[in-house]
Parts: sequence; structure tokens; C-alpha cells
Amino acid sequence: MSTATQKRSFSAALWDYLTTVDHKKVGILYMAFGAFFFILGGLEALIIRIQLVKPENDFISAGFYNEMITMHGTTMIFFAAMPILIGLMNYIMPLQIGARDVAFPFLNGLGVWLFIMGGLLMNVSWFTGGAPDAGWTNYAPLSLQSPGHGINYYVMGLQLSGAGTLMSGINFIVTIVLMRGPGMTYMRMPLFSWTTLVASILILFAFPAFTIALFLMQFDRMFGSAFFDIALGGNSIIWQHLFWIFGHPEVYILILPAFGIFSEIFPTFSKKRLFGYTAMVFATFLIAFLGFMVWAHHMFTVGLGPVANAIFAIGTMAIAVPTGIKIFNWLLTMWGGSVAITTPMLYALGFIPSFTIGGMTGVMLGATVADFQYHDTYFVIAHFHYVIVGGVVFGILAAMHYWWPLMFNRVLNDKLGKLEFWLFFIGFHLTFFIQHFLGLMGMPRRYWVFLENQGLDLGNAISTVGAFFMAAGVIVFLYNVVYSYVKGEAAPQDPWDGRTLEWTVPTPVPFYNFKQLPLTRGLDPLWIEKMEGDGKMKPAEPLADIHMPNNSILPFLISSGFTLASFGFIYQLDGPVGRILIYIGMAFAIGCMIIRSLKDDHGYNVTKEELEKEGA
Amino acid sequence: MKAWMGKLKAFMLFSFLTILLAGCGKENLTALDPKGYGAESSMDIILLTTIVMLGVFFVVMIIYTIVLMRFRRKKGDTTIPKQVEGNKTLETVWTVIPIILVFIMGIPTVIYTFDLADTSEASGSINIDVTGKQYWWNFEYQGEEVVTSQDLYIPTGEKVYLNMLSSDVIHSFWVPTISGKMDVNPENVNTMYIEAYEEGVYWGKCAELCGPSHSLMDFKVIAVSPEEYEQWISDMQNVDPEAVPSDAVAQEGQELFQNNCMGCHAIGSAPVGMGPNLTNFGDRTHFVGYLEPTKENLVDWIMDPESVKPGNLMTGTYDVSEEEADKIADYLMQLKPSEITPESAGGLKD
Repeated sequence: MSTATQKRSFSAALWDYLTTVDHKKVGILYMAFGAFFFILGGLEALIIRIQLVKPENDFISAGFYNEMITMHGTTMIFFAAMPILIGLMNYIMPLQIGARDVAFPFLNGLGVWLFIMGGLLMNVSWFTGGAPDAGWTNYAPLSLQSPGHGINYYVMGLQLSGAGTLMSGINFIVTIVLMRGPGMTYMRMPLFSWTTLVASILILFAFPAFTIALFLMQFDRMFGSAFFDIALGGNSIIWQHLFWIFGHPEVYILILPAFGIFSEIFPTFSKKRLFGYTAMVFATFLIAFLGFMVWAHHMFTVGLGPVANAIFAIGTMAIAVPTGIKIFNWLLTMWGGSVAITTPMLYALGFIPSFTIGGMTGVMLGATVADFQYHDTYFVIAHFHYVIVGGVVFGILAAMHYWWPLMFNRVLNDKLGKLEFWLFFIGFHLTFFIQHFLGLMGMPRRYWVFLENQGLDLGNAISTVGAFFMAAGVIVFLYNVVYSYVKGEAAPQDPWDGRTLEWTVPTPVPFYNFKQLPLTRGLDPLWIEKMEGDGKMKPAEPLADIHMPNNSILPFLISSGFTLASFGFIYQLDGPVGRILIYIGMAFAIGCMIIRSLKDDHGYNVTKEELEKEGA
Repeated sequence: MKAWMGKLKAFMLFSFLTILLAGCGKENLTALDPKGYGAESSMDIILLTTIVMLGVFFVVMIIYTIVLMRFRRKKGDTTIPKQVEGNKTLETVWTVIPIILVFIMGIPTVIYTFDLADTSEASGSINIDVTGKQYWWNFEYQGEEVVTSQDLYIPTGEKVYLNMLSSDVIHSFWVPTISGKMDVNPENVNTMYIEAYEEGVYWGKCAELCGPSHSLMDFKVIAVSPEEYEQWISDMQNVDPEAVPSDAVAQEGQELFQNNCMGCHAIGSAPVGMGPNLTNFGDRTHFVGYLEPTKENLVDWIMDPESVKPGNLMTGTYDVSEEEADKIADYLMQLKPSEITPESAGGLKD
């Protein structure tokens, strides 16, 4: 089974990826489709900015504009940012903690295909009479009133991919709790693995709220129930609560892994251990805990009353404390260090001021009375793009440059990387900084047009120019990927003088990761060996057979069955075809699940002899 | 590369200056130049939190700059820095100071929150029932038998209580220069008060996505002196909905209006209907919320509402010719029951 070095045909590679349960390949699937949706969401953003380049523009129609903003938000959050991060967790976390795979490889395969099909399903709506158009927050009753099938696609698409995300969350928790390698105690885990654990816990508690909200929405739209229908005694505010009980932790599901990424990059390129490691871990937990306590700050203007508003205001401001701890710890990690400015480090350095601004405006938004002015304006748009782009996207791009040599056996060109950074960084601030002021000058969000002679022209034009700078940055990155693949040389095993276990495996990474599991002697295990030993990890076990799971097409088939049934649900009110599709799809999916349950699959062993043949 | 970067920096500096010169937005729309109680309260907290946060940003950026100046790796430098685990004193400092800052910002925020939510004096004050509809606003003056749409008249210098309810989806009532916003929900009445300090016409916006024409759901708040307000109320109460216009064409328009439009549009005091109340239509600063008040615009709107306000509920509910629409426009534009108008309040400032 030493498949890694064999030359294979395209169809064999395709089959390999369709059936894979290897955490690294699943990770790459997550990242590849995440990148596809990122580009899609980026194009949607450009269309939005072109529409707003001048007052009363008619580049696209009002209804289409609402579809555009809805799909931009949904795609970027659910199908781009989160999957790319989950992909990174998949690839990197097991290597960092010294594991050969995640705890449930089959579930991992199922998760990725549910995400991919959910994302694709939702985008099918463009071609079948209109995408969802009630905003990514999908507030009732607007979402109930929305004609056509757009919102049905929203419900089913997110339900599918949400199930996949929940599986990943559970999988990562179990992996980290049970499968840490020899000597890898909790307090020796790299911060990225820590934030993976905490983000997974957030997924576990936050996603069910959204799942329920989506089910209620599905019942209301497809089965005639009235959870959110006021005329029949329902209550539309309940949707807002359920959405934000999920939606606010979701922000931390995105930002915590990005914090983890930067916590790897700062020490590596400063040649200095992370300052205040223990405080960093506890700050992560505190942010996650408080993240569940603040959802109603998205609802200050709903009319919940001063008591609720005051409590949620103070809770929101309190999150600034652990976040501040992190910022200062990163700065002090560099203090006294030997700071090398490579592309990943450049992103980390760009992240600090950008994210600090996002955090500042976050505290400002938390002040209820001030929020009455900010709420639902471009100020909020500016704030969450400073957090999501300045934090999460910077983190993702930094991680790509940082771990690219490990994942794809190439070092991305540093000069191109820096050009990409500056285009993206300048474009980002051009686009979003001015939007703080646009909001306060009276421009609400989700406005298809703004009127002439309201003092909003210049700011919007600048914002649109910035968006194109960002697009240019992304194009340079894509060019860099192709360039390094064609022109680049094979990456060395440890190109950045790394500190953690993922830099101890050979590239390309063998499918079993570690021939012999390494012995971790402390925080930054590789660095310890470099300083106190010969720079090589000591094996914690003798060379022996390695047990590996078999590939399976079932995850793909189960996901396909659910997708088919989803189409059925979307169209079930339109006639018997939809209802028949539901039965076929569900029967197919459940059939595959029964096969999976009844068929014994013990995996296979990579024998000691094979391992010896593979060389050092 | 260096020269190019310099040009970029110059461009950014230039754009920043232009923005500063453009000021803080349009008078009577911007939240940055408050002229009412709510907006002023918000501005107090905005300034407080901004100053505190800029202080934090300043500290972060100082450390950041020192790090970048002092600790860059020199070429060929292979020394290994001291591996510092942490520093208890420092870590305590940057935990305790932010907690103090949270209190500095939090206490005034809580006080202001309760102040703005205090509606205990609502009875005995002016109460107005606000209804949000796709895509227009209805204002019914409690106990006065006065109803308007799109233009909300209030007296300056006193708190006016708004009881807000939507009859379809969620809207949000926002007049940035006078007050922060509050959602207009379909299931419960939200009460807020607004107080304008100065006479004037203020832009209002819908701030919660409510459909395709969300961005066109503008309205105005017209703040007049208390005497003028009394005058306006009595003028509105004395409107005769059946009054025959003097102009012959307008008379024909009135008949057409009564045959085609009265099912949805009321003139004079009437409960909130399918369409906006048109009692003082001729006084409005804008037609349809955002169009210049010209006859041409009005005829365009009557003939093809969908192209003016996508998704509106008026499209296809009547059938009039262009000639008839012209006459209806004549009738509507002469509906000017009061001397107190947006013009007399100072009009919209450019």
C-alpha cells in the first residue's frame, strides 16, 4: 500500500479522493472546495461593490442584489472560512499532537462530503429561479414571505453542511482527548491544537441551536407549521434568538483557530517560545465561554428592554479582556526575539493592528446606546470585516504560506507572497475603514442603492476601489500556487526552523504520518530536541505494524442520498416528484448507512517489513 | 517596488484628507452631528468608548513599533533569543487595566441604556402610533384624529413617544440626526421617544432588511416649534376629505382618484390602510420616499410603480391611462392643507 510514490492516472486519483478517509486528503478536500467557494463569494462581493460604486446605480436589480448579499455572507461564513479552517485542523492537528489519523476517519469523510454537497446545493439555486434573498441572517418573517424556493435552498444547504460540521467538531474533540501521542500532555499541546479543541467544543454546543432553527424554518416553509408566523400565533423573534445563540459562537469558531495559527507563527519567526502559554490557553477558554453569553448584543434594537440590554452590553465588553491578553502576549513573544519577516509573519504583523481595530469597534458596538446608531449600518459591516478578514482571512492566508511546504511539498515564492500581502492589506483597509464613517453618516447596511446628494458618494467609491485591490491580492496568490508547482523545488522537511511535531514528518507526508510515534518531552517538542538533543525526535515505540482504516465510497454515497432528499424537500410542495425524491434519497442514504453498520471493516495493517522498505 | 509603495502611501494619505474635507456627512442625515436627545446620548457614549479604545490602540501600536524597530533579525544573525515563559507582573497589569476600562465604559452605558428606555412619562405626552409597511411609514397621532404617511411632524424641545408596530415584516425606525434606531416588529409594540432640539427636516431610514425596496423606504421627520405644531394639528383636523379643488383638471383628477385609488389611499383621518395616507401629499419633500416632488416623477410612479420601487404592493391594482394619471397627479399635488410645511421648517439642507 505504499501508494504515495506511485504515479497514478487521473481517474485513480479522483477515485482516491472520493473514497478517502485519510485526514490529510480530507483536509485538502475541505481546503480545495473552501477555496472554490471563497472565490465565488469574492466575485459576489465585487458585484456588490460595483453596484455601490456610485449613487442610484442600476448595475443589478434590487431583488438580485438581495440574493447577492445573502449568498456572499452565507458562502463566506459557511462554505469558505469555516471549511478552510476545518481543513487546516484536519491536516495539521493530528500531526501536531502526534497522532496517525483522527478518531473517526469514516465520519471525517462523511463530514467533508456533506459540506461539499451542501455548498453546491445552495448554489444550484442561482439556476433554478433565484437564490435565497433574506440576508445571511434569514430573519423571519421576511424569510417566510420570500417567494420561490431560494430560502428552501438556504435551509437544506445549511442543514447538510451543518451536519458535516457537527461531525468534524465531535471528531476533533475525541481525537484530541484520546489520541495525543506519547508525552503530549494537554499543557504541551501547540496553541493551534488547543484552539481546534475549543472551537470544536463551540461547534458541539452552538450548531444544534442552528440545526433546530433550520428545522423550524423548514417546517414553517414546507409543512405549514407556524413557529415564526405571527398571524397564527408564532413569534419571529425566536428565530433571531436561535440564530444568534448559534451565530455569535460561530464568530469564535472562526477566530479562535486563526488565533491558534498566529500563535504558531509568532514563536516560529521570532525564534522564541510563546509568551504566557498558560494565559493563552485560559484566555481561549474564557473567550469561548463568554462567547455564549453575548448573543443578544446582535439584538439591542429589537426591544428586549434595558435590563437585558445592559447585561449583554457588559458581557460583550468583558470579552475584550481575554482578547487583550492575547494581543499583548503575541507582542511580548516578539519582544526580545529575533523577528524574521517572511510572508506568514507579514500576515501575522498585519493582523495585529487590523484585528485590534476590529476588537475596538466590537467593544464600541457592545455599548448599547452607541449601538442604537451603529446597528445595521455600514459601521457594523466595517466591524465584522475587520474581524473576519483582518483576523480570519489573514490567518488563513498566513497558514497557507506557513504550512504549504508541509501540505504540498513546495515553498510558495516569498516575493510574490509579499506582493500579495500588500495588495490584500492595503485593499482591505481601503475597502472597510471608510465604511465605519459611511455607517455613521447614515448609510444602513443591505442597501441596494444609496441616494444622490447624501454625502455618501466618495466613501463608497473608495470602498469599491479597495475591493479590487483585494481581488488582485488573491489573484497573485493563485498565480503563486501555480508558479511554485511548476517552477518550485521540493520543499525541505523543516523550512522555517519549526518548533512543533508537524515539522518532524518527511514530505510528502506518509499516509501513516509517523513511522514511530515521537516522544514529546515538553512544550515545543522539536525545539527542545534541537536545543538539548540532536534535533531529531526520539521514538516512543519500536517499529511495528501500523493499523490503518480502509477507504470507502460510502461517505460520498450517503451524502449523495441526503442531497437528493434535500432536493425533494425543497420542491415537495410543488407536486409528487419532490415527495418521491425524498423517499428515494432517504432510502438510499439509510441503505448505505445500514451497509456501513452491518459490514465488518477492520481496516488493514501496514507491516513492519513494508515500513522498513520505505526508508528512513 | 519601493517607489511604487511610496506612491501607494501618498494615494492613501490623499484619500484620507479628501474624506476629512468631505466632513462628517450630510446635515440632517448624519449621526455625527446630533440634533436630538437620543442621538446626543449615543454620541456621548460613542465618544467615550472611542477615546478609551484609541488609548488601548495607542499602547498596542507603541509596543508594536518598538518590536519592529528593535527586534528584527539581522542578516546572518543566528543567535537564539532567551526563551521567556512569561511575566506575572506584566500579565496581571494587562488583565487588571482592561477590567477597569470595562467599568469606565460600562457604568455610563448602563445608566444611558435605562435613561433611553424610560417611557414612564409617555401618558400625558404626545403619543404617535408608527406603523411600518413594505415600503412606507404611517403615523397616527393618538387622540388627535390626525394621520400622515411618510412625513412625521413633531414639536421641538419635548419628548414625543412612538409606539411602533409592523404590519408585515420587521422594519427599523432610524432618524440618525435625532435618535438611534429601534426595530418595528410585527408581534409587539416597541415604544421609544424622540426629541428634536432644532427645527428642521430630518432624513429617516429603514434599517432592517425588509425586501427589494428596503433601501427606498425613506421618510422624514419635520420638527417645528410647539406653536406651529399646534397650528399644524388643527389644520390637519380641519381637512375636508371631500373638498373640491378649484382647478378643473384637478377636479377630474379627484374623481379619477375616488374611482381608482380610494380603496387603499385615504385622505383625512383614517385607520392605517393598504396604502399611504395622502392628506398632505402636496407638502411632501419627496414622492415615494425618495423622488424629487415633480409631477413628472409622480406620473412615472403611477404608471409603472415596479420600476420606481421594486416589490411594492401597488403594482397592478388599478388601470389608468397616462392622461388620467396626469390628472390624478394634479389633484394630489394640490393637497396642501397647512401653512406648516417642510419648507417652513427650513426644508432639506444641501
